[in-house]
Amino acid sequence: MHEMSLTLSMIQIVEQEAAKQAFSRVKVMRLEIGELSHVEPECMAFCFEAVAKGTAAEGSELEIIRTPGEAWCLTCDMTIALAARYDPCPQCGGHKLQISGGEELRIKDMEVE
Amino acid sequence: MCTICGCGESEVKGHGHHHGKGEAGVSVPGMSQTRIIEIEQDILGKNDAYAQTNRLHFAERRTFVLNLVSSPGSGKTSLLVRTVEALKAMMPIAVIEGDQQTENDAERIRQTGVTAIQVNTGKGCHLDAHMVGQAAEHLNLHGGVLFIENVGNLVCPAGFDLGEAHKVVILSVTEGEDKPIKYPNMFAAADLMIISKSDLLPHLRFDVGKCRDYARKVNPQIKIMVLSSESGDGTEAWYDWIKTGLRGIS
Repeated sequence: MHEMSLTLSMIQIVEQEAAKQAFSRVKVMRLEIGELSHVEPECMAFCFEAVAKGTAAEGSELEIIRTPGEAWCLTCDMTIALAARYDPCPQCGGHKLQISGGEELRIKDMEVE
Repeated sequence: MCTICGCGESEVKGHGHHHGKGEAGVSVPGMSQTRIIEIEQDILGKNDAYAQTNRLHFAERRTFVLNLVSSPGSGKTSLLVRTVEALKAMMPIAVIEGDQQTENDAERIRQTGVTAIQVNTGKGCHLDAHMVGQAAEHLNLHGGVLFIENVGNLVCPAGFDLGEAHKVVILSVTEGEDKPIKYPNMFAAADLMIISKSDLLPHLRFDVGKCRDYARKVNPQIKIMVLSSESGDGTEAWYDWIKTGLRGIS
C-alpha cells in the first residue's frame, strides 16, 4: 500500500500550493498515472479520499489521466506502444525495449477556489 | 454576509446588484471564482530530492550503496550475513535494515561485528529516501559498502529511489520462476537479480532458464546470478561484483 504514502505526498503538494497561490479548496485534481507505473489508480483514488479529509482537498474530484505505455525498440529503431512491461515489440516480437513513456505519476493541474 | 458591501443578504431586499450567481454569492467582473493552476509536479519529487541528497552524501564518502529488495523469506538476511563474513576483512561494511517491526534482522547482522541500524517502518511497506538519510547520518562509513535491506515486498519499494548505486532483487527458487513478470516494476528497476537458495534446486521444479527469460523480458539489461547462501555456491561472483563496484567509485 505505497499508494497511501504517495497520496500523503499529494496532500503536501496541495498544502504548499494553497499557501503559495492563495486558495482554500481544491475542486478537481488532475493526476497523470502512466499505464506502466507502479500504482493502481483505484487504490490511489481510495487512499486520496481518505487522506484528503480535513485538508483543502477534502471532497475534491480526482480525475485520473492514464498515459499510454511506450517504448523504444532497439531492434526496429522505432517507438512502439506497450501495454505491459513484459510484452514484446509488436513489430519484431523482441524484448530489446527501453521504456520511454507510461511511467508518469504526477499532479498535472488543479481546479481551485 | 455579503463580502462586497457587508450587507446581510437576508435583511436587505432588492440589494442584488452585485450578488452574482456563483457559489460564493458574489461576482467580481473579470475574475472567475474557480481557476486552474498548473502543477506539473511528480508525486515522488520530494522522495527523489532526498535520494539525491543521499547520493551526494554517499559519493562524498566513497560509499558503494546497494538496495536489496525481495519478497519476505527470500533469504536476504542470510545472504547478507554470509556476505558480511566474507568481505568484512577487506572493506568497511554497514547495514541498514528495514522491517515493519522488530530488531531481529539487525541483531543477526550485528553478530557478525558490523554496524547495523534497524529502521522500523511501522505500518509502512517500504523504506523511503528520508528514512535512509536519517539512518545514514548515524553511520560513520567511509570507502566501504552500505547494504540497505528493504522491507520484504516486491511491489512498493520499486518506486522509491533511496540514493543507492543499484537495486538488487533477490528471488529464491522456492518462489515461482514467473515472479519477474508478475512484479515487473521491481525487476525493471533492478540492475542485478540474484536467484537464491540454489542448493534446493534438485528438490524443486523451478526452471532457472525460464526465470532468466522472464527477467530479461522486463529488463533486457539485468545481470543475473545464481547462488546459495547455505553452500556458498555462486557467491564468489557476487563478492566480485561488489568489489568491482566499490573499486569503481574509490
